[in-house]
Amino acid sequence: MTAVTLAGAEADPRRRLKVLASQEALLAIAVIGLAVAVGLYNPRFLAARNLSDVLLGNAYIAVAAVGMSMVIVSGNIDISVGALIGVLATISGTLAVNGAPIVIAWLAALVAGVLVMALQGVIIAYLRIPAIVVTLGMLSILKGGLISVTGGKWITDLPDSFHLADIELSGVLPFPVFLMILVTVLAALWMRYSASGRAIYAVGGNAEAARLCGISQPRTIVMVFALHGLFAGAAALLYATQLRVIQSTVPPNLELTIITASVVGGVSILGGVGTVAGSTLAAVLIAEIASALVFIDVSPYWIRAVQGVLILVTVIADILRRRRMAGA
Amino acid sequence: MTASAHYAPPTTPLLSVRAIEKSFPGVRALSGVSFDAARGEVHALLGENGAGKSTLIKIVSGVFPPDRGEVLVGGKAVDLARPDDARRAGIATIYQELLLFPELTVAENIFMGHAPRAGLRRIDWRAMREKTNALLASLEIHDLEAERVVGTLSVGNRQRVEILRALSQDARILIMDEPTAALTEYDVTRLFDIVRKLKARGVAVIYISHRLDEIFAIADRVTVLRDGAHVATKRVADTDAAELVQLMVGRRIESLFPKITVPIGKPVLEVKDLERRPLTRSISLTVRAGEIVGLAGLVGSGRSELAQTIFGVTPADGGEIRIAGQKVDIRSPAQARSLGLAYVPEDRGTQGLVRPMTVRENFSLAALGKVAFGGFIDRGAERKLAGDGVKRFAVKASSLEQTAGKLSGGNQQKIVLGKWLANGPKLLILDEPTRGIDVGAKAEIHRLMGELAAQGLAILMISSELPEVLGMSDRILVMREGRIVAEFSHEEATQESIGAAMMGSHENAEKAA
Repeated sequence: MTAVTLAGAEADPRRRLKVLASQEALLAIAVIGLAVAVGLYNPRFLAARNLSDVLLGNAYIAVAAVGMSMVIVSGNIDISVGALIGVLATISGTLAVNGAPIVIAWLAALVAGVLVMALQGVIIAYLRIPAIVVTLGMLSILKGGLISVTGGKWITDLPDSFHLADIELSGVLPFPVFLMILVTVLAALWMRYSASGRAIYAVGGNAEAARLCGISQPRTIVMVFALHGLFAGAAALLYATQLRVIQSTVPPNLELTIITASVVGGVSILGGVGTVAGSTLAAVLIAEIASALVFIDVSPYWIRAVQGVLILVTVIADILRRRRMAGA
Repeated sequence: MTASAHYAPPTTPLLSVRAIEKSFPGVRALSGVSFDAARGEVHALLGENGAGKSTLIKIVSGVFPPDRGEVLVGGKAVDLARPDDARRAGIATIYQELLLFPELTVAENIFMGHAPRAGLRRIDWRAMREKTNALLASLEIHDLEAERVVGTLSVGNRQRVEILRALSQDARILIMDEPTAALTEYDVTRLFDIVRKLKARGVAVIYISHRLDEIFAIADRVTVLRDGAHVATKRVADTDAAELVQLMVGRRIESLFPKITVPIGKPVLEVKDLERRPLTRSISLTVRAGEIVGLAGLVGSGRSELAQTIFGVTPADGGEIRIAGQKVDIRSPAQARSLGLAYVPEDRGTQGLVRPMTVRENFSLAALGKVAFGGFIDRGAERKLAGDGVKRFAVKASSLEQTAGKLSGGNQQKIVLGKWLANGPKLLILDEPTRGIDVGAKAEIHRLMGELAAQGLAILMISSELPEVLGMSDRILVMREGRIVAEFSHEEATQESIGAAMMGSHENAEKAA
């Protein structure tokens, strides 16, 4: 008997256990478990109003984390996304208050996002400069540029029709939540079932092998960054339209929160491994924890420390798991 | 023939490994393995991949502890909890991947971690240089200077630096894991000289290799492992290659190279005056359907570079390539693939396999066009493709969803090979198809090559193992310094004639193509 029969593999009960132990399942359990636990302590946490606020206010992070997950799976990283979201929100808002058609204002954010990220992808892929350096440079340019151009002024008096985040589909489903779910599902299907999605995993897992299989690494990286830019544009629209004003700054360390969602969601920082479903669940979990801190009377400033713990726990668990498997 | 064949050295062995057992989750890696090595003995460890050799040497090197059993040095049990314990016990290990600091000098590498110190514990650079020179002189190495930066050295010289590093720590037991895997013939000769010098000094050398001829050239005794168990320990003088192979695989392999003669068809690949300096110079060759053309040569003679030029990894600067009679200009691997070329690279770890991916995903990687429709992958077709590959290549995997990186080397190589065949190529370029894999998997790959040629595939095989080149090829081309210097038919080729052409002896190079 040389080859092991493969037919029985699907029915193996250990495989079913393995699915339950996947990062996505663990995160889903954590999201529900935390809601139940905090709800027992303070039932107001479970009020529909609060849960929907948590999702509404953070959907843009999940949307951006989808793109970030693709970037990290491809073996890269992007630390400019937080600053870019701020710039895109400002571009969109400026167009809207200056009387541009609303659709144009929205599209501008998406197009500019794709252009900026694709440019970074080109520099990374064709000039072969590490992503961390390129995106660090872009982070400074965008942050510095934004504050200089706007002079730190906030954009107010936005037309009502600009507020994408206020739309409720069928009168119940808020648009940000809808978009978060839509983006995640589409991206997950695309990553799992398309040849291009498979190319991202191949390039991140072994760029040289991918190249010899006829998969173009530079093209894959530019594609990933362009998509990431599209999602950053979508995230910027949600961010820009959820309040009545657009600030000339973005939440501090926004890019780190987004990267945290990806990593906690099970995307390997070494590339080649991870899913966007995981990162969306992780983004929801992080937002839920931030809200939960308020309801259990802990200073919300602790959220950063909690995120740090989450990152370390995830990475350590991942490394231990790898080591146990690599031992043989 | 287990314990009875055990050869007992007259004195207390320098290294003695007693009844070592080691399990990993789900795998019994070693079940009661014993062997010993005397002062001045070269003791070879032989076994297929997965036989437990790596685990055994890692235990002796203190990389991880055994579950049961003990290691004795000079008759005394030593506790090898960490690599540093092994170093203190006088055990040094030279791994396949050399562990050197490329930016540092020879002397700095040798004395990394135990540099001679002067007052105030500062590094005594002069003493370090002098000690390095003394070490170099003691092994009669004259082409290596203490101040050279290691990154600029050849693989052979880097390995010498590692050996010197071991000696600088007064190692009495030297473990060498596949030391010749990446060496040229010349460096192998020099390595053997050094091993003989170490022997004369009373160092015990544990020598791990897949190459039987090396074992006969250098070892005194050989211990064969199979499936984690000790099979036999033999004096090399009392055994032969056929017996060792049989002990290793537990069955007799009829022929290592089952070449089947098949009708040769029309030319599939015609290369004329192909140029890509510095290592592809005016190369002309033809590979026909059903033909296996062996490409022999020393490491660095330009064989892999030629393969990569044909495959579009490093596109040609001049010359002509014809595929099935059509003139083509190949600028990228993707284009080469679409023209029906397949290339199985030499280094499957870095070039062939996407380790985090599953067996299924690796199999379909080069043939995504065949299982993807409108850009989306048909899971059923993909599973069928991978399942067929697993069956055809007898890949040992627990399921199609197993992570490819967790399989043994031979199984990984089978996947890399199978991945390319899934695409239905016309020409297959194999670069060292059996390097570093065990005898069983090797025979399997040779059998498949024969089968593929019989189906009309044209195969260009690069190999550094002359018996493989001689056994498998219909024609043999020899490269030296970027040129093809000789051509032999299957019948007229001998190990000597090819070897001479590789090395550049004139009387044999007159047949130059």
